Amino acid sequence: MENPNNDHGLRSYLTGFVLAVVLTAIPFYVVVTHALSPRRALLVIGVAAVLQILVHLRYFLHLNFTSTPKENLLAIVFTAVLIFIMVGGSFWIMFDLHTRMAV
Amino acid sequence: MFGRLTIEALPLYSAVAAGGAAVTVGGALLVAIVITWLGAWRYLWTEWLTSVDHKRIGIMYIVLALVMLLRGFVDAIMMRAQQAMALNSGGYLPPEHFDQIFSSHGTIMIFFMAMPFMTGLINIIMPLQIGTRDVAFPFLNSLSLWLTASGAGLVMVSLVIGKFSTAGWTGYPPYSGAEYNPGVGVDYWIWAILISGVGSTLSGINFIVTILKRRAPGMTLMRMTPFVWTALCSSVLMAFAFPALTVACALLALDRLFGMHFFTNAHGGNMMNYPNLFWIWGHPEVYILILPAFGIFSEVVATFARKRLFGYKSLVYATAAIAILSFTVWLHHFFTMGSSPNVNAFFGITTMIIAVPTGVKVFNWLLTMYRGRIDFHPSMLWTVGFMVTFVIGGMTGVLLAIPSADFLMHNTTFLVAHFHNMIIPGVLFGYVAGYMYWFPKAFGFTLDRKWGAASFWCWMIGFYLAFMPLYVLGFMGMPRRMEHYNDPSWQPYLMVAAAGAGLILVGIACMAIQLVVSVRDRRRTADVSGDPWDGRTLEWATASPPPAYNFAVLPEVRDREPLLDMKERGTAWQRPPAYQDIHLPKNSMVGVVMGGLAFVLGFAIIWHIWWLAAACGLAMWVAMIARSSDDDAEFKVSAAEVKQIEDARYRALASQTASRT
Amino acid sequence: MSAAVMHATPAAPEGGAAATHEQRALGFWLYLMGDAVIFALLFATYVIMVDNTAGGPGGKALFNLRNAGLETLLLLVSSTTFGFASLTARTGNRTAVLFWLLVTFVLGAGFVFLELREFAGMIGAGAGPDRSGFLSAFFTLVGTHGLHVSVGLAWILIMSGQVMMKGLSVPVTSRLFRLGLFWHFLDIAWVGIFSIVYLPGLL
Repeated sequence: MENPNNDHGLRSYLTGFVLAVVLTAIPFYVVVTHALSPRRALLVIGVAAVLQILVHLRYFLHLNFTSTPKENLLAIVFTAVLIFIMVGGSFWIMFDLHTRMAV
Repeated sequence: MFGRLTIEALPLYSAVAAGGAAVTVGGALLVAIVITWLGAWRYLWTEWLTSVDHKRIGIMYIVLALVMLLRGFVDAIMMRAQQAMALNSGGYLPPEHFDQIFSSHGTIMIFFMAMPFMTGLINIIMPLQIGTRDVAFPFLNSLSLWLTASGAGLVMVSLVIGKFSTAGWTGYPPYSGAEYNPGVGVDYWIWAILISGVGSTLSGINFIVTILKRRAPGMTLMRMTPFVWTALCSSVLMAFAFPALTVACALLALDRLFGMHFFTNAHGGNMMNYPNLFWIWGHPEVYILILPAFGIFSEVVATFARKRLFGYKSLVYATAAIAILSFTVWLHHFFTMGSSPNVNAFFGITTMIIAVPTGVKVFNWLLTMYRGRIDFHPSMLWTVGFMVTFVIGGMTGVLLAIPSADFLMHNTTFLVAHFHNMIIPGVLFGYVAGYMYWFPKAFGFTLDRKWGAASFWCWMIGFYLAFMPLYVLGFMGMPRRMEHYNDPSWQPYLMVAAAGAGLILVGIACMAIQLVVSVRDRRRTADVSGDPWDGRTLEWATASPPPAYNFAVLPEVRDREPLLDMKERGTAWQRPPAYQDIHLPKNSMVGVVMGGLAFVLGFAIIWHIWWLAAACGLAMWVAMIARSSDDDAEFKVSAAEVKQIEDARYRALASQTASRT
Repeated sequence: MSAAVMHATPAAPEGGAAATHEQRALGFWLYLMGDAVIFALLFATYVIMVDNTAGGPGGKALFNLRNAGLETLLLLVSSTTFGFASLTARTGNRTAVLFWLLVTFVLGAGFVFLELREFAGMIGAGAGPDRSGFLSAFFTLVGTHGLHVSVGLAWILIMSGQVMMKGLSVPVTSRLFRLGLFWHFLDIAWVGIFSIVYLPGLL
């Protein structure tokens, strides 16, 4: 978390910023130009979002496998798993009910 | 000026309601009068209400829980009495009142009896067992207590001003929405839960950080006591499940306050999403409650069988497995809502799987008892009673886990019997066992054994009388929550159930008598050594009650049963060569003030008194900002003072040893 | 006297300032994880209700890509400028910290202004949160994020005050660290919002 070398710290934020801009521009571009089919466009948006979130975690929040405390890493992995279960489960349940119960 | 609050809010429309209000107001007044007569207001404020000491906070949590147990149990007795007499008759409770009672019964028992009881026990004991001075965030601890009390206060006030919800403890829309329930009842329920829910979430976070970061040197994770392990897993569940409840209730509140359409019938509402969100919290919640009870049973069994706990590792893994699996079963609460067979089957299977680790635990406890030299202290009685009775409830749970069977049993009294069969022998017996086990640690004298055993037998037999008939009635087709019925074959069972409730009432009376008798005899039963049961874990190394700083010198841990290890090496209770200054957190009034403000805020939102709500909200922000900017939150206990306190303790220990030889 | 007792950890302070900072950082991180669950469930609710327009307007009619793009840029730049504030805090440069906090605040305030303007426009056009389930979900999800940003703005002001009054002491920099976690987390949530709400809505 703590980086004694300011240059490295600055580089981290600037790299993160550039990467995030690129990963934002791509999905915006795809939507503005309607360049892809809706399904493909959603895929691009989704992948870009996941990548950008990882960029934020690494370059802004300085999450890494060496200096980040184990408990913090464990917490975010556990949260990710839980979110997958809760959101995935909710989607499965609610869309299933949507087809069967007209809700 | 007063929103929708008018004089009509007073419960003068029925004698029963007026009676309830009178008892509530009368009770509160009585307490205030007694405190005034004892001249104890200042003492109460400086030593208890503003305390950030985990031991004091824990005791206050348990006091809250026991008071709310009485209120929730009155609800139970009223329901049993009504159902015993209401064959082809209206009984003595009109439907709308009966509906409020079953709603408040569930809400109180889960949120304001079980949760505070558990949080209180963890608060008092966990820091002592891990060898630290306090939890990671002592101020937040105080805030959590007062937010919980604030929620309880809202439920109690609903007895006097307005009405409580009639939508059950789960509050399903659209019935709980603004269209069908525009009154204050559901709002009382929502805000009591939202406010106390913040408290629970904060407690979860507090305990996780405490256990992960503040253990004594040498205490690895696999050297923690079973109670601390279950407290950790339960806290993880608290921190991650309560957000789902917050979302469910907040969206319902938005529907009611701002006319939104999350769960309405028309305008694109999706009422099915509410049970989905609610039970994403609701299922982990029951594991939040039961895991610490399992931890208590593990400790009690080892202590009173005088044997090392069998299968510690498998107990730890089973606990972790239960915690994670608890997030994968939630749909079993609404099998009948119309999901396809695949969805139901998936959740049915996960529900059956989660029973397995609990089975592992039961075997571990039995094998700990096997070939032990058992002392049937009341806590041990509660434990054995739990093992037999809980397994029955577990089996009915596995039956209900089969979706097609659940279609017959859902929302019958069979379901009511099942979940009480888990919560009473599981959660309640566990917490009461912990209460009787750890009482001397908290107060310095033991509880009377005779009255403890008497209360156990009344609860045990009373439980079977009260709930086994409900299984039969469920098979006979009786739905839950019925204010009256016309099938005469049901009544005999309901009368037995009412008798069971009466016996439990005797059990509660025995607990009260036990307390009175024990206080009366406290000099004779004083716990001088701090170790009344020849214990094996660190909390018994401290004085009873421990000094504010718990340990003058933080222990170094070499074994899973640190105190037993120290006793065997001859190093237990050895005087340290020197003492150091100890820094402790200062008391703070911000916690209790925020709790009070939260109570008024909730009340104001419920009654639509917007100016008051805004004022309270603002005041809470100001208090929080002031507190967060405070850099001077500690005080020092000098080494000399510590020495004085510790010397007194060693003198007492020496005199007790002398009198024994 | 046994070795165990001799080596026992001294009484106070347990681990000192570093331990306190780590515990508070972990505690705050856990709070953010709970907040992530809240947002995830609000996202799920939104997706479940995205077609529940009840005969009213949907995302296609209501969302403005330029506005969303501008908000995205403001928040992303503000995350970077907060990073600069964090860096200068480590060097003890009080003025620089205050400068970068101010820049972050202005950018964040710009974000909130644009969002409030968008909301006002929609409500004025009869597309408020009480119009349909879709709109209830939209306003709640995006509004909850906006509320968090607003709290962050207030927190930036308070920290600026603390930096001015108390300087870059250990408690103050420790709080700045947690504010940074909060602020970056909100930018992550916004990535979710434009990826799940605005962009798919305009496809």
